[in-house]
Amino acid sequence: MTSVLYDEPGPKARRRARIGTVVGLLAIAALAYVAVRRLADEGQFEWELWGPWLDPSFEEFPLVWELVRKGAISTLAAAVLSIACSLVVGVLLGTARMMLGRVARVPIIGFIELFRGLPVIITIVFVWRAFEELDVDVSALPGVDGLWYLVIGLTLYNSVIIAEILRAGVASLPAGQGEAARAIGMSEGQVMRTVLLPQAFRIMLPALISQLVVILKDTSLAAIVGLYIELLDRGNQIALVLDNPIQTYFMIGTMFIVINYSLSKLAVWVERRVSRAQGGKADVEAVEQVVPAG
Amino acid sequence: MEAVTDNLDLYWSGFLRSLGICLWGMVGSLALGTVIAACRVSPIASLRFFGTAWVNLLRNCPLTVVLFFMAFGMPEIGINAEYYTFGVGALVLYTSAFVCEALRSGINSVSAGQAEAARAIGLTFSQTLGQVVLPQAFRSSVPPVGSVIIAMFKNSAVVGAFGVGQDLYSLGRRLTSSLGYDYIPVLTGVAIGYLVITLTAGLLLGLIERKVAIAR
Repeated sequence: MTSVLYDEPGPKARRRARIGTVVGLLAIAALAYVAVRRLADEGQFEWELWGPWLDPSFEEFPLVWELVRKGAISTLAAAVLSIACSLVVGVLLGTARMMLGRVARVPIIGFIELFRGLPVIITIVFVWRAFEELDVDVSALPGVDGLWYLVIGLTLYNSVIIAEILRAGVASLPAGQGEAARAIGMSEGQVMRTVLLPQAFRIMLPALISQLVVILKDTSLAAIVGLYIELLDRGNQIALVLDNPIQTYFMIGTMFIVINYSLSKLAVWVERRVSRAQGGKADVEAVEQVVPAG
Repeated sequence: MEAVTDNLDLYWSGFLRSLGICLWGMVGSLALGTVIAACRVSPIASLRFFGTAWVNLLRNCPLTVVLFFMAFGMPEIGINAEYYTFGVGALVLYTSAFVCEALRSGINSVSAGQAEAARAIGLTFSQTLGQVVLPQAFRSSVPPVGSVIIAMFKNSAVVGAFGVGQDLYSLGRRLTSSLGYDYIPVLTGVAIGYLVITLTAGLLLGLIERKVAIAR
């Protein structure tokens, strides 16, 4: 394996790497041993604690998984609604930012910078409390109120990110695309709608999938502020009753990791396909740089 | 807006506490992230595997789950600390995965030709790394690492909301629940506090980026 850091190894370097690998393995094993030992000493491997999650013969087993099912549905509902709303609002915002004049653009840029700079948890709590204080009624919408406060909060944050992703996507297209469309007499709206946006969407697809991972993770913020009962909140209930926080958060964490890891892999796969179709990798990378980490 | 103007001193101390979480988080996650990145790019397979597993686990797990695991799980195995320590610890663990990836993208952005040219003119391994590869890698990882750190500043609000006390978020809760102020002005003050942190950090990052930018 050649990389910029080191050359193709010769026999000596290969032997050193093999020794290093063994030493590293030993170090990792030692760390793992300390952790497992500690867990065992504190009785964290008792079947009493794991059984309700893993052993159908426990009477709590069906109850635990029923709570998990409910929580997972709530989490998915919030995530799907948030990504759908964010897409719609984000495309509107992004297009408006690109097409409006210099002055009309200012409030949109202000909006984007405001919600990009705010922690999403503050946005969510603000939406929740402000809606209640101003007596804005969301009960006409299906589902509990908390769901919609969460969705609106997540949409404010993520639509702004999607608007920026969209702008980077359009900017990464060759200038000739827009010029050619204008030359054959299309209006600015037509150029955007029929030529630029469809191509930008293809380039944006991996970044959009990555954003879905962010949204899925952010739905669990509701559990911290006590706004909406989703998967992590169900986990809190389970851990409280069964008194097994390590086992419960391990299981809940694993569920999030499995789903998000698969989504990330999907994003990488789509990215490879898109960049092959585009004949270059630079475009997708330019778009991905807009996506903030975390 | 009296809620804010009457309590400016409280806001100031809350702001400092939140800033403290951010700064500890930054120091810790940069240090840990660098170690993990070193593992991930090393020629030693077992360390590479360790780094990859670390990144994939922590990047795909919500910060809230890491936080709950630390705060409620650690005491179960006899590790007790203040919520503040657990909160900053969880923030550091979570952010280290992103810092690692940002540093790695910086290293990957240096073309292999640079190292080949350095070796061709007879530079030793440490010269190649120290004078050719790493300076370039460092410069091109500044923008991604910077945006990771700004995202971490925003995530520090999650640690605050979790209940470490005396930070901007807890202050907002105290002013509204026990002192009976309206939510909208109080939360506007909290939001401004965070905007000061993130927007200033953004400006600083822009300055540093311009300073270290290189033409490729």
